[in-house]
Amino acid sequence: MPSTDNNLVRIRDLHFSRGHSKIFNGIDIDIPKGKITAIMGPSGTGKTTLLKLIGGQLKPQQGTILFHGENIPAMKTKKLYEVRKKMGMLFQSGALLTDMSVFDNIAFPLREHTELPEVMIRDLVLMKLQAVGLRGARDLNPSQLSGGMARRVAFARAIALDPEMIMFDEPFTGQDPISMGVLVQLIRSMNEALELTSVMVSHDIEETMAIADKVYIISQGKIMGYGSPEEMNQSDSPWISQFVHGEADGPVHFHYQARSYSDDIFAGENRD
Amino acid sequence: MFDWFAQLGRSAIDFFARLGSEVLLFLQAIAAFKALVFRPALIIQQLFSIGVRSMLIIIVSGFFVGMVLGLQGYNTLIDFGAEESLGVMVALSLVRELGPVVTALLYAGRAGSALTAEIGLMKATEQLSGLEMMAVNPVERILAPRLLAGIISMPLLAAMFSAVGVFGGYLVGVDMLGVDTGAYWSQMQARVDFEQDIIQGVIKSVVFGVVTTWIAVYEGYTCLPTSEGVSRSTTRTVVYSALAVLGLDFLLTALML
Repeated sequence: MPSTDNNLVRIRDLHFSRGHSKIFNGIDIDIPKGKITAIMGPSGTGKTTLLKLIGGQLKPQQGTILFHGENIPAMKTKKLYEVRKKMGMLFQSGALLTDMSVFDNIAFPLREHTELPEVMIRDLVLMKLQAVGLRGARDLNPSQLSGGMARRVAFARAIALDPEMIMFDEPFTGQDPISMGVLVQLIRSMNEALELTSVMVSHDIEETMAIADKVYIISQGKIMGYGSPEEMNQSDSPWISQFVHGEADGPVHFHYQARSYSDDIFAGENRD
Repeated sequence: MFDWFAQLGRSAIDFFARLGSEVLLFLQAIAAFKALVFRPALIIQQLFSIGVRSMLIIIVSGFFVGMVLGLQGYNTLIDFGAEESLGVMVALSLVRELGPVVTALLYAGRAGSALTAEIGLMKATEQLSGLEMMAVNPVERILAPRLLAGIISMPLLAAMFSAVGVFGGYLVGVDMLGVDTGAYWSQMQARVDFEQDIIQGVIKSVVFGVVTTWIAVYEGYTCLPTSEGVSRSTTRTVVYSALAVLGLDFLLTALML
């Protein structure tokens, strides 16, 4: 059933566990078309897992993930691979194929999925590289790239097939201020120029808030809050306020759960 | 007591789950062979990486094994005045047993471990996930070409091992110890049977090729995506392959004799 609303992805009642650990406990998320949606939350809350669930690399125990109105977890492998051609993903590590040059990495999806002649593939690859400012790096190997350059190449590869949606997994982690600025500007400008729908997982508050249209904050398997960046900044929820303003203590305690400090210290006195 | 039973049950379930997933993945890889017909470059690339790059160790080892066979065989046969049969002894030992078995063991150490480490590192650096998200099936693009190249390479490498070994035996037996050249070659020609000996050796090496390459790619594909996980899988590849080759060798010999 094709979707009629303005959301490209609709997640409803999503439950996902790993072993005994519950990652998502019935969350609902909408990803609007043509917008940048940020998924934020503390480390280890399952943000990357959420992207893998949307991409069909993991299957939830319960719930639906509708992409264009079709439920991703229920798709057969062949259909899933067809749908993935409409998605791009930028991994935290870049995930570039290390035995290929930058040029071949970007040409890879075009060679795999199209019958285009090599001359046209060359032009397309150069256009994508020009868009990310790395046309001059086409002959380098991934091992010769800096972290920021690797992510820009991965970005160029992710948009090689002109997808409808692109997912970014921690795009700013470990970047110097200049690389971060370049990536922020690239994500925003590409989203507008290519009319992309972007889903960005990050815990870099400032950069993410600057370009996101909508923000979801997740923790402990639940949605702690959602809305525009301004709404999140002005939220009166102590939890969201602590997260957004980076306060060391608050509802999320500084100390990991343990028995009382005095009990622990005095327990040592009874040792032989 | 109940804990012991529960543990046993869990281990049995884990074993069959792993076996099931391994068989399913193997069938998927085999099914992907037909698509490779239209992409010979993928196989040629792997044949080079798996087969051609293993040639040096196979040829050098075959040569030394042949020389040792020549030396040991001569010293045993001369007690019976049968040193003229040295060529047959060397050839049969190599073609029937040592060629396929030693090649498979060397292959597991050289190419199998490299395959596991390569695929494992691709997993650890999210390259396999990246392929999936680019709508490229890693079983078809990564596992199947390597498996097919391994199956093709193994009998060719075993043939090289045996051929060089026969030459090594000749060098020691004929040139150094004085066995008659004509006797060395003519007895070999008369007594080594194509169907009984050579085909059996080829069957063994094909089976070893399937098993060792599959263990290598499966271990890489399912390893924990950490440096320790890759290291453990690489070790498992060599150990499992060695045990599988030696066990299967006995089984195949018993079936074909």
